[in-house]
Amino acid sequence: MADQSPDADRETDDDGSPTETQAADSEPAVPDIDLPSDAFDAVLDALGERADPDEGAPEPIRFEGFAVAVSGGDRADDADARYVLDPAGDDPRTGLSERELHAALAERAPAVTDWYAFERVVGEFGPRRAFLRWIEDADGATVAARYAALAEGIERAWGQLRVTARVTDRGERRYDVRHADDAGVPIDELDAHDDPLDAREIVKLDEKGRYRPLKTAPTLRDGWVFADLGPRDAYEVVETVYPATVANWHREREGDLDVTHWRETMERQSGIYGVVKTWDRGEGHEHVNWVAEACCDDSQCLKRREWEYDADTELDVDGGDGAFPCREPCSVVVSAARKWTRLESEQPRTYEFELTPSEKEQVEDIIDAVADGRIDEIREADTKEGANRYRARFLRAKRFDDEGNLGGVPTDEDAEE
Amino acid sequence: MQSLVIVAHGSHLNPESSAPTYDHADTIRATGAFDEVKTGFWKEEPHFREVLRTVEGDEVYVVPLFVSEGYFTEQVIPRELRLDGWDVSAWGSDGLSADQATLVAEDIDREVRYCGPVGTHRAMTDVIVRRAESVTDDPDVGEGFGLAVVGHGTERNENSAKAIEYHADRIAERDRFDEVEALYMDEEPEVDDLPDFFESDDVVLVPLFIADGYHTQEDIPEDVGLCEDHTEGYDVPTAVEDTRIWYAGAVGTEPLMADVVLERAADAGADLGTALDDVRETTRVATGD
Repeated sequence: MADQSPDADRETDDDGSPTETQAADSEPAVPDIDLPSDAFDAVLDALGERADPDEGAPEPIRFEGFAVAVSGGDRADDADARYVLDPAGDDPRTGLSERELHAALAERAPAVTDWYAFERVVGEFGPRRAFLRWIEDADGATVAARYAALAEGIERAWGQLRVTARVTDRGERRYDVRHADDAGVPIDELDAHDDPLDAREIVKLDEKGRYRPLKTAPTLRDGWVFADLGPRDAYEVVETVYPATVANWHREREGDLDVTHWRETMERQSGIYGVVKTWDRGEGHEHVNWVAEACCDDSQCLKRREWEYDADTELDVDGGDGAFPCREPCSVVVSAARKWTRLESEQPRTYEFELTPSEKEQVEDIIDAVADGRIDEIREADTKEGANRYRARFLRAKRFDDEGNLGGVPTDEDAEE
Repeated sequence: MQSLVIVAHGSHLNPESSAPTYDHADTIRATGAFDEVKTGFWKEEPHFREVLRTVEGDEVYVVPLFVSEGYFTEQVIPRELRLDGWDVSAWGSDGLSADQATLVAEDIDREVRYCGPVGTHRAMTDVIVRRAESVTDDPDVGEGFGLAVVGHGTERNENSAKAIEYHADRIAERDRFDEVEALYMDEEPEVDDLPDFFESDDVVLVPLFIADGYHTQEDIPEDVGLCEDHTEGYDVPTAVEDTRIWYAGAVGTEPLMADVVLERAADAGADLGTALDDVRETTRVATGD
């Protein structure tokens, strides 16, 4: 992943996880949390769902550090029901009325609201749940540590996105999603959105108004924010900016990412793309190295390439450092490969024309400038740059004939006659 | 949990190619008939290969936003979605009658209902008529007007022409327009000669394409003679010879297309409540008075 923000390392590790700098000097305080009635009602509902008259004692609900159950034979939806609160390593408190249970849970509001946030608001769907838990390290850190960190704001990087998670005084999660380059910019200085689907317009064009055919290209424009989102909307924004990246990251974490390598992907193609399978001629994989260097470098795509030439043959170029994996050559790569399959079927020829040493270097400068997307950075009067427009126009005026042939040499030998 | 997945072509070059897909998804989302509405593309993201893994529901309807049965609906989409055991015979179609096939998508190991394309559904006929109403801004357009339904033609697949003829015939049977003709870009009768096929002074030209792009914005306007060069633009209507041509652009951009997507899902068993009526109502052309 090519993080565009030079300051990114101050707040996140290479893998995007929060650093410990906040906690180093003074341990942040766990905020006071009021237990909202919807969280308490959800606990009663859950206890009711677990009560099955035929199954004996129902399973308790386990929170961090304690569990709650309905007393044997009672029903949670019965006003006279009694409850048991079982603190780990301590004697259970039995015979609690609903009112007493509420008081006990209110004392433990962080753990109860944490349960409510993930079990009832975030829900079961694997990618969404894993992503939102990862943001606050919910499978590693204690509720107290997380709530303290959330009170300060936890920041995570995802491609060029910066996701900030907070907790309200009712234990609800709220998220801001913005461009990493806009980290620290006040919300009222950014274009604020609340509908996650608005992100479709944000991702369509880059800052110069050019279409972005590849959503994971590092060309996301800045200047906008999705502020104060609930967990589901935060996930939807991320999914809209970088489709399926969370699902693939989740599969990878679960150890079942389905990688489809180059050869298998090309073999699958049909129609106008069927020709790409002919590019593999059993003569090595150098051409695929070139494709990966051209298209899949972190400077071109923020996904971390996990596909190789085939399951036994790794490519020789780096797959990148992105947070989320690339599991097979994408449609942009397949389309480009179709073009290269045709171009690479040509045989090299020897052309003879003269260039001064500086002109040779200038041709190299021009190719570099285009390949690195630098042409807009080259100033109009900066004639020291080989890819400067005046320099290029001079070279064309001097070295091209009227047909546009470099050095006056026709591309096709037959064209001379 | 009931999920709708709209799959469409998309583009590496044209930023507006996906716009109709998003618009129809939004219209359907607003009805609340589905717990989630997702979009997947051949040339954009999420790709067909990965869209299903973004779907949460256990009752999944996949509707292709394509105009005819053929290469994409029969080969590319089932292959890329990894529909286990797919064979085109599962649709039992004559080229127009694909409805749905229930198959396990290997990617998610869940069943999906793979529906026929929107373009061959009978409700598509109404969208073509609605498109004519939209472009003329007249909810009663018909009398004194001809209607040309225009398709690509046979390139790659004969079903492309079948869909055009099917809808043109159905509209003709309604006796609403004075004349209805099916015309093609790359076979006879050709859209280039449009005025030769109509006696009416006014003809609405509706291309059966999903999104506006090269064919509908460059090819057809130039071929028909609405402009010398598409970059000049054209008026609606534009007179060519003695015929005023009301060029509608891609029918797939018409808001009522959302209705056809819903019809496909309903035919495959989706529970839609009042969504069909809601969409027909909210996408209507306002009457002038």
